[in-house]
Amino acid sequence: MDALQIAHSAQPRYAASDEELLKFYEQMLLIRRFEERAGQLYGLGLIGGFCHLYIGQEAVAVGLQSALDGARDSVITGYRDHGHMLAYGIDPKVIMAELTGRAAGISQGKGGSMHMFSIEHKFYGGHGIVGAQVSLGAGLAFAHRYREDGGLCMAYFGDGAANQGQVYESFNMAALWKLPIIFVIENNGYAMGTAVKRSSAETHFYRRGAAFRIPGMPVNGMDVLEVRAAANVAVEYVRAGNGPVLLELNTYRYRGHSMSDPAKYRSREEVQEMRDKHDPIDHARDELMKRGMSEDALKDIDKRIRATVSAAADFAENSPEPAPPELYTDVLVESY
Amino acid sequence: MALELKMPALSPTMEEGTLARWLVKEGDAVKSGDILAEIETDKATMEFEAVDEGTIGKILIAEGSEGVKVGTVIATLTGDEGVSVPAPASGPAKPASAPAPRKAPATEVKPEAKPAPASKPAPGSNMKTVTVREALRDAMAEEMRRDSRVFVMGEEVAEYQGAYKVTQGLLEEFGPKRVIDTPITEYGFAGIGTGAAMGGLRPIVEFMTFNFAMQAIDHIINSAAKTNYMSGGQMRCPVVFRGPNGAATRVGAQHSQNYAPWYASVPGLVVIAPYDASDAKGLLKSAIRSEDPVVFLENELVYGRSFELPEMDDHIIPIGKARIMREGSDVTIVTYSIGVGMALEAAKVLAEEGIEAEVIDLRTLRPLDRAAVLTSLAKTNRMVVAEEGWPTCSIASEIVALCMEQGFDDLDAPVLRVCNEDVPLPYAANLEKIALIDAARIAETVRKVCPRKA
Ligand SMILES: Cc1ncc(C[n+]2csc(CCOP(=O)(O)OP(=O)(O)O)c2C)c(N)n1
Ligand SMILES: [Mg+2]
Repeated sequence: MDALQIAHSAQPRYAASDEELLKFYEQMLLIRRFEERAGQLYGLGLIGGFCHLYIGQEAVAVGLQSALDGARDSVITGYRDHGHMLAYGIDPKVIMAELTGRAAGISQGKGGSMHMFSIEHKFYGGHGIVGAQVSLGAGLAFAHRYREDGGLCMAYFGDGAANQGQVYESFNMAALWKLPIIFVIENNGYAMGTAVKRSSAETHFYRRGAAFRIPGMPVNGMDVLEVRAAANVAVEYVRAGNGPVLLELNTYRYRGHSMSDPAKYRSREEVQEMRDKHDPIDHARDELMKRGMSEDALKDIDKRIRATVSAAADFAENSPEPAPPELYTDVLVESY
Repeated sequence: MALELKMPALSPTMEEGTLARWLVKEGDAVKSGDILAEIETDKATMEFEAVDEGTIGKILIAEGSEGVKVGTVIATLTGDEGVSVPAPASGPAKPASAPAPRKAPATEVKPEAKPAPASKPAPGSNMKTVTVREALRDAMAEEMRRDSRVFVMGEEVAEYQGAYKVTQGLLEEFGPKRVIDTPITEYGFAGIGTGAAMGGLRPIVEFMTFNFAMQAIDHIINSAAKTNYMSGGQMRCPVVFRGPNGAATRVGAQHSQNYAPWYASVPGLVVIAPYDASDAKGLLKSAIRSEDPVVFLENELVYGRSFELPEMDDHIIPIGKARIMREGSDVTIVTYSIGVGMALEAAKVLAEEGIEAEVIDLRTLRPLDRAAVLTSLAKTNRMVVAEEGWPTCSIASEIVALCMEQGFDDLDAPVLRVCNEDVPLPYAANLEKIALIDAARIAETVRKVCPRKA
């Protein structure tokens, strides 16, 4: 075990205050309810194309992002991006309106589910090409170091993406140049229908940086406090100028890869077992109750979040589509 | 018996070079394989190796001599049984104390007949002669001085001084933070450059040649070109991807392709392909300042050519504007990059036959200066497009389509294309020559659309 794993095992779970735990719970619940609603809107034909839900993986984005400094750190991910944006506190209305392709959407309806960005929140997308965000994230980290702004980049990618060549090109340069970046592999067990063991010679993804001397940490991605504890270790290491860290977050997606999914590559029992025994939200909820939170208070929270999500859905349904002239805007920034 | 040691050619196209350094002196005994001297061209340094045993007789060309013609006797060697003259060593030369290029790229620049400067200097401005290579370097250096966000990254751009010496001297002036050697990982470093631009910097990403950028084309197109649109105008990507493009000399199919039509087909990119030093400098400076991602296509065969350039503090050429290189009334030749030199040569030949050709250099391929093309067509009513590249789905086909769609009434003859042959570029010298366009072919194509003058 290397130093980071030792540091993590010394304190595997973050000692959250009651307020912190409550905040994590609320954020995870917001993602869950938002995604459930997005699934419904998709069924109604209000959302089109590819729509990848984050249900089951909520603890990853919430735990990791809570350790970042929003004023200086940047985040980048792939197409399964709604959860990361919500964890960043971006307004659910503009996210949902993007999913429905409306002018009020965060990308003015021109990006869709897979392509959302918020420069204001230092959220750099939202990328549809599997693995691209890893090199782009290394570039964001390069910019942090170049400007000496003290920031770091967190680049999320999947277990499938982890087999892309450019990931290793980026690992090499990030380690060589000691870029301030945390590589986060969200190992949800599958890349579309391909189970990790059918695609990967080394299934322990945290070891994938070993050839580049990048320290790795395996993390239980179904426990928000464990995720946060690992994030703290990683952030401290990277912030100190030591170069990249690789986190493997073991997690699970309950829903299909995208909205159309044959659900033939894994058993119903496997999914049910994860939902029943490892759900990150249930887990946090139990912990809150153990700390004395009442069932009524938790119900109130759920109600409030449902209302927020309903308002977002109404907004997304009722706001206008982009005006046809928008077709031609933002192709280039300047006119020549 | 004395053997003559002659100035070697480092490549099939080299005509002259600099005798940089003698590593032996008169009277030294040498054996086969010993390094005798270092020979330099504008692009490369090579070691000159002895093939025979013997004693160095007279050194006839002093070290530091420039412009030594290939074949000039530079020293004599006395030996027992002389055989042949030394050959250039294939191994890399030892680095000099200052960061110096260590290895020659496979090909050599041949400065061709120097075309006249295209644009007349503004009255009163001093002109100086520079190579395209120097103009590109100066553009980067000036922009790096002006804006601390600008940096250059790529393979061999720093310590080696650029595979084609385009980044020569930048490391010395700007240091390793801003002049960055990358590993040979085009996909990865194109992504890093693109991400750095998204993060607020102004990267210049050099590809050793654009042939290797095919490994990076995903980031150029999917990441750099599309993000501003996909983000509703939030996320800019002011990156410049630059490097040599098109056929070089005798490097075969994988190293000889013109990618201009590929990139020019993509909305969200600016694509520039300059010809002379003034455009190389002025357009590269504009590219670096642009808020948009730019693909900047250079040409290795033009790097060493010299042109006049106005001496100005800030020589900027606007993106998106074609220029008339030569006025004419009978026919228009539309071209870009290395094709401009050939078209001007063809125009000269045609003028002797009484055909006055107008030559248009597109300069920017996206956005295309359609107005310039159509205006010239309206004037001459005949057009030929000359392109050093394949004919199918080319810039030439685009110009032909433009004339059909928007210039039909001005056409007195079909618009013809003169492009490379539609084959991978062969290695054999004779086949290569047949495959590539030249001035004669351009002139011949122009004659087809021009009525015979009496
Ligand atoms: C370069 C590329 N190849 C293929 C695809 C199609 N595709 C989209 S998602 C996906 C699976 C990726 O799985 P993983 O990285 O594990 O992420 P997850 O979906 O599990 O979050 C594939 C093959 C793509 N978008 N980009
Ligand atoms: Mg996966």
